[in-house]
Amino acid sequence: MEQIAKEKFQVVGAKASDAEKISKPSLSFWKDVRIRFRKNKLAMFGIIILILLIIMAIFGPYMTKFDYATNDLMNTNKEPSGTHWFGTDDLGRDMFARTWQGARISLLIGVMAALIDFVIGVTWGGIAGFKGGRVDEFMMRIADILYGVPYLLLVILFMVVLGANLTTMILAMTITGWINMARIVRGEVLSLKNQEYVLAAKTLGASVTRIMARHLIPNAMGSILVTMTLTIPNAIFTEAFLSFLGLGLTPPLASWGTMANDGLAAIQYYPWRLFFPAVLIALTIFAFNVIGDGLRDALDPRLRNKE
Amino acid sequence: MVKYISKRLLYMVLSLFLIITATFFLMRIAPGNPFTSEKKLPPEIEASLNAHYGLNKPWYAQYGDYLVRIAQWDFGPSFKYESRTVNDLINDGFPVSLALGAEAILFAVAIGILLGVIAALRHNKWQDYTAMIIAVFGISVPSFIMATFLQYIFAIKLGLLPVARWDNFSNTILPALALGATPMAFIARLTRSSMLEVLSNDYIKTAKAKGLSRGAMIMKHTIRNALMPVVSYMGPLSAGIITGSFVIEKIFGIPGLGSHFVLSISNRDYTVIMGVTVFYSILLLVSILLVDIAYGLIDPRIKLAGGKKGE
Repeated sequence: MEQIAKEKFQVVGAKASDAEKISKPSLSFWKDVRIRFRKNKLAMFGIIILILLIIMAIFGPYMTKFDYATNDLMNTNKEPSGTHWFGTDDLGRDMFARTWQGARISLLIGVMAALIDFVIGVTWGGIAGFKGGRVDEFMMRIADILYGVPYLLLVILFMVVLGANLTTMILAMTITGWINMARIVRGEVLSLKNQEYVLAAKTLGASVTRIMARHLIPNAMGSILVTMTLTIPNAIFTEAFLSFLGLGLTPPLASWGTMANDGLAAIQYYPWRLFFPAVLIALTIFAFNVIGDGLRDALDPRLRNKE
Repeated sequence: MVKYISKRLLYMVLSLFLIITATFFLMRIAPGNPFTSEKKLPPEIEASLNAHYGLNKPWYAQYGDYLVRIAQWDFGPSFKYESRTVNDLINDGFPVSLALGAEAILFAVAIGILLGVIAALRHNKWQDYTAMIIAVFGISVPSFIMATFLQYIFAIKLGLLPVARWDNFSNTILPALALGATPMAFIARLTRSSMLEVLSNDYIKTAKAKGLSRGAMIMKHTIRNALMPVVSYMGPLSAGIITGSFVIEKIFGIPGLGSHFVLSISNRDYTVIMGVTVFYSILLLVSILLVDIAYGLIDPRIKLAGGKKGE
């Protein structure tokens, strides 16, 4: 090996006083997550789409003078124009008003399904994880058995029997939907409950509920949020799927699923009737998916580096 | 291994029992009886029909009969179409659905892996972005919309492929594409991320260092390891293909089990709905079990004996 002369080395300057200096302000976990999330262009794009969708769902139905449920048999199947911006359907109902009314219902179904999954899943998984032992074993075995039941088939069955309306639809989706959440929460609680701060809280006499609500759930919030974001597009997709099977909401109520299903029948002659709901379903599913992925990457930077 | 499989079998049977019980009781609380129709039946005929189908027995006897019949692979009669049983429908429609499903799975796996591998090898280059845009598109567009657009563009507007029916190979192309699009996208994403993970491993560096050609390195050391998550995705994949087939078969007018099922839903033919649901559940649970066992056999890192994965 080549010998390197000592003169070739030089001190570039590392002062002892600088060693302890903090170069960056310290960030809380969520601030850090926010910064990482903002750098993800695709996820930010998803957020923008989602905000626009929500704004339109709130104000869209008031932007046109037409009502979503009023038939106008003189103006059926009109192409998109200055008066009817998205055209009209086979009963002359304004597609623009219907589309945004449908946005409300589709988003409502998605959000409600995610919220109910959240409540049941967090309670079930939280208790199972925290109690451990026999209770955990028993609760998770029930979840395992339910998990084996095919989701969509069960949803179809419920809709056939109970009849299609908003409540039964959300109910049917959450019957087995919460299990995924319960499993994730249980896993998180299992790994968190032996941390020192939980012991400290216990020592101070905090109740189980308080420990769960103040310490365990907030710390598991990352994975919970990701799961919820990915539940919403799934529910919107399921709604569209059920509508296609004729198990959707009954008219004049409109959801994107029922509108797309109506549009399917008329695609040869009036393609715009499928176009608007279809594009919106796809955009919404897309937006929630990229937001969910972005959140997951932002919460766990280790995963991000792998991708 | 034996312990693991028997444990999984037990859960499978329990899940199955649950779904059979759920279907049975749900169908009992469903509005109307099986013979409700526009024409009011004379009470004598209704009584004899009830006796014929065992509906005059108390519910627990009916339930017991039902369990026994399922165990004998008898899914019951159809109430709307006399002389047709659910078994007939299955024998008639399932081979068609299976052919369509197999073609869709083949397409999804082949193209999905190809896209994923290309994306990973050309990480952050245009090939990667293109592949991932295709994948995001496939995930975001529900299959029935994909099917309708494919039908509209390739069959109605361009006239390249037949619009519907099920006669020869050209009939199968569009349905298989529509059915396989979403799983294809999932597989592409899975393959890409696991390829990237594998590529960052030290043994890949070793392989490069010892002068292995790029092709040999990818074939021998990367793809095999990267495909493990894809294998575990085969379970959900079969579920997706089955539920997807309802929609696709209806749109393309394919006489498979899926379209029979959809028809029975719109006819409210409760016994058929019940029988086909149970059949699909058995099919799904068995295929998921097989996938899990296969996964354990291929991947030596997984110890099946413990039974608790990922804990």
